[in-house]
Amino acid sequence: MDAAQKPLFEFLLRQGDNALVLGHRTSEWCGVAPILEEDIALANMALDQIGQTQLWLGYAAEVEGAGRSADDLAFLRDVYDFRNLLMLEVPNGDFGRTQMRQFLYDAFQVPWLTQLQNSTDTRVAEIAAKCLKEALYHLDRSSHTVIALGDGTAESNKRMDEALAFLWPYSGEVFVDDETDHAMATAGVAPLLSEIKPLWLETVQTVLVQACLTLPEGDYAQKGGRTGFRHTEHLGHMLAVMQTLQRSYPGATW
Amino acid sequence: MSHQNEWPLWEVFIRGQHGMSHRHVGSLHAADAEHAIRNARDVYTRRNEGVSIWVVEAEKITASSPSDKGPLFDPSRDKVYRHPTFYDIPDEVGKM
Repeated sequence: MDAAQKPLFEFLLRQGDNALVLGHRTSEWCGVAPILEEDIALANMALDQIGQTQLWLGYAAEVEGAGRSADDLAFLRDVYDFRNLLMLEVPNGDFGRTQMRQFLYDAFQVPWLTQLQNSTDTRVAEIAAKCLKEALYHLDRSSHTVIALGDGTAESNKRMDEALAFLWPYSGEVFVDDETDHAMATAGVAPLLSEIKPLWLETVQTVLVQACLTLPEGDYAQKGGRTGFRHTEHLGHMLAVMQTLQRSYPGATW
Repeated sequence: MSHQNEWPLWEVFIRGQHGMSHRHVGSLHAADAEHAIRNARDVYTRRNEGVSIWVVEAEKITASSPSDKGPLFDPSRDKVYRHPTFYDIPDEVGKM
């Protein structure tokens, strides 16, 4: 890979790994969601995310030019090579926490993908346009679920409050620009994440008010996921489950 | 049996790619009408079946009783002249 292409590869891994890790976590609900209708909806969302993964990691593999495929990147990399947000790799918790995480992520994805449609990289712009349609539906669904549970019973409100308190320190990582982000902004591939933050915060505040929940104070952020510097101890366990088949039977297809 | 902790049942009608009318496709549980639309989208339109969704709370539907089948439907059986099969419909009329 050309050194000039490295930031783009890194950028694409971040998009793809977010979709992959969230997709896998969401798929863990398959068969065990609280009711049948939500079970199917969660499985649909997981499949959307895996579809997005194929687009991002497929392009990443092309940019890398090392003969690896999207599948190779998904199933044969180890923890330290993953570039997903920490928020997406932590265990699902209860149904409420899963929905809160989905909402916090969707509220970021919608303005982010909207702006990526203007990318100077036409492939990035095309992938973003395709993913945005799904992200808009996901945000519609997750925000209404967060409102329904937050503004539901005393028990559901308490659980959503706990979910928000748990996830909040992980949300700061989303908007911390680093060298890769600045390189992408300079090249016109993507806007800076710090420019997306006010849009995200506006959506989050609007929904939390309707959900009878309070925006947590403090901006301490757990970081290290999207840079690959330090993942939580949970990602390795998740990958062990997700990758076991390819690791045990290399090259297996069906 | 208590149903107070269960979401109400909704009947789902989908208008497909082909055809002018909404057809009953099944039912599902949801907290309210908007939630029912979203659930219907995920449960019944996963394979690109629909262009429009209607939902109606199952208990709002008034149905004819099976035991009234005779008096309700039998009298029309021998009135074949009510079928418009004896007419030629001009092409310009289009869909009826």
